[in-house]
Amino acid sequence: MGSTRLLLYAARRILLIVPVLLVALFLTFALTRIVPGNPVDRVAGPYISLERRAELKHIAYLDRPFYEQFALYLRDLSQGKMGTSYTTAQDVSKDLRQRFPATFELVTYAMLFAVAVALPLGISAAIKKDSWIDSIARAVSVLGVSMPIFWLGLMLLYVFFYFLGWLPGPVGRTGSAIRFAEPITGFLTIDALLKGDFDLFLKAVQALILPCFTLGFVAMAPIARMTRAVMAEALQSDYVRTARSLGLPFRVVVLRHALKNALIPILTITAAVYGYALGGEVLVEIIFAWPGLGQYSYNALLSSDFPAIQGFVLLVTFVYMVIYLALDIATAALDPRVKY
Amino acid sequence: MAVEERNLIAPGAGLTAAPPVVGRFSDFVYQLRGNPATFAGLFIVVVIVLSALLGPVLARYDPYAVDLGQSAVGPSLAHPFGTDQYGEDILTRVVVAARLDLFMVLSAVGASMLIGVALGALAGFFGRFFDEGIMRSQDVLQAFPRFVFAMAVAWALGPGIVTVIVATAAINIPGYARLMRSLMLSVKETQFALAAVAVGNSRWRLLWRHLLPNCLTPIIVLSTLQCGFTILEAAGLSFIGLGVRVPQAEWGVMIAMGLQDFLQGHWWIYTFPGLAIAFAVLGFNLLGDGLQDILDPKRRRV
Repeated sequence: MGSTRLLLYAARRILLIVPVLLVALFLTFALTRIVPGNPVDRVAGPYISLERRAELKHIAYLDRPFYEQFALYLRDLSQGKMGTSYTTAQDVSKDLRQRFPATFELVTYAMLFAVAVALPLGISAAIKKDSWIDSIARAVSVLGVSMPIFWLGLMLLYVFFYFLGWLPGPVGRTGSAIRFAEPITGFLTIDALLKGDFDLFLKAVQALILPCFTLGFVAMAPIARMTRAVMAEALQSDYVRTARSLGLPFRVVVLRHALKNALIPILTITAAVYGYALGGEVLVEIIFAWPGLGQYSYNALLSSDFPAIQGFVLLVTFVYMVIYLALDIATAALDPRVKY
Repeated sequence: MAVEERNLIAPGAGLTAAPPVVGRFSDFVYQLRGNPATFAGLFIVVVIVLSALLGPVLARYDPYAVDLGQSAVGPSLAHPFGTDQYGEDILTRVVVAARLDLFMVLSAVGASMLIGVALGALAGFFGRFFDEGIMRSQDVLQAFPRFVFAMAVAWALGPGIVTVIVATAAINIPGYARLMRSLMLSVKETQFALAAVAVGNSRWRLLWRHLLPNCLTPIIVLSTLQCGFTILEAAGLSFIGLGVRVPQAEWGVMIAMGLQDFLQGHWWIYTFPGLAIAFAVLGFNLLGDGLQDILDPKRRRV
């Protein structure tokens, strides 16, 4: 595909996101408004006066008709305002910005771990079908999709923290209250290294191991399974047989020919798994007291903090859409057959 | 009767995009014997169904019998899985919970199947306006990460059994709609579809009696796999308090109760309900994978 045509495709694909995002926005908004009872009454305790309630409802536009509320919500959103959270008393967008790095670091490392294990595992399993490594790959992929992620996290915590005492317990990112006044990248591990604080780096890594493994193990299973299936098919194909008969080394045939052709389904499943990870991440954060978006959304749900819930769903959905966008563009760049 | 015969006589009646394997029971048993993983899956699902049906009869204790003298006692002969904070027998609760969990999951998967298949069939069969409208709405549903959407729906509806069913059903609909649409697109171009039109079947009759039945095999496979995912998601919702609530014997709720006691080291409270979930999901996954092999003529044993 020529690079200008690819750019054009990318531009059109980005434009296509806008209507879907708008409808998703409306749906999220509507969901938080079908809740029985006025949200303010749901949050406010019995000791809040009627006048104060009316005032709060006015501030949150809740005394206006539905369509007006939505229009005002859109207007505020275009100015970067998501409404004031009832629990943190600051704008939800600020809350989300503060908590995003913790989640981003966790999910990134978990997905890297998942891909780094799943690809070699799936490829080896496809090469040596019915060998011991194939059995491992099959066991991992079937167990990974069968275990509840929150249960896996609890079991790992019990073994490695409570029983063996090797790793820190469910206490968040560092195991102590150390925080940088000004994060550089937001990744605690990278920030610690940049500032030369090796002690903090170690603490951050230790705190990351269990949550990352929990999330990564569950994410790994479908990727390994897909890799095994498409690689097995690719290895049996005519072009691989031809490449081998021409005397190309097996490594080259596997990595350059078979894997290249198997890459698109692998990328697709990885993007889909990312969506699962964004949901599973909420459960992992609850188990490990990770101070990210998942924990925030959990608290918001418990306290019916509806601007926060709305903001969280919106942000996560937006991230998910961007991932799918990246996937579509990567697919178009990789696959000459894709019509656009 | 006469109607049935006319269908059989219709030219190419047996020819479909994915030829249905009219499984005689003995053939099914034969296929299972060549496939131990599928057999294990079927066995697990049967065990779960049996405990759902007979659980309350088999149980040695009342699942809601509070006995604070026996609070959080580890596994013993009297309580093989131990007891929870209220002194309730965990083995009993794990077995009894199968009924509630299976009920929620089957209702959710059934509802999403009916809605999703109907939407997908309409989109694929009528095309154009239907297709655009229906499939774009599915795009929007799929724009949300599954569990996050289920959380939002569950929160909006408030905790309860119906909430779990609605929330988990909602996220499964697009999968069915997409699959059904693609099946319908291929099956409506087949010769037997043309023949059914040629002998004078109406459009609705063509859709209902000729096309839909020929799309069922992949739908059954998908449903089996969806059951596994849905168990996880239903338990997840209850775990975070958006689904079924605490005294209720439900696997996710029981794990949440274990979380409260985590620092006391009462591992049995969450371990056994979690194993039950993993066991049930494993069963549905193995069975689903196996059915895919058995029902696909290219992959089955001969």
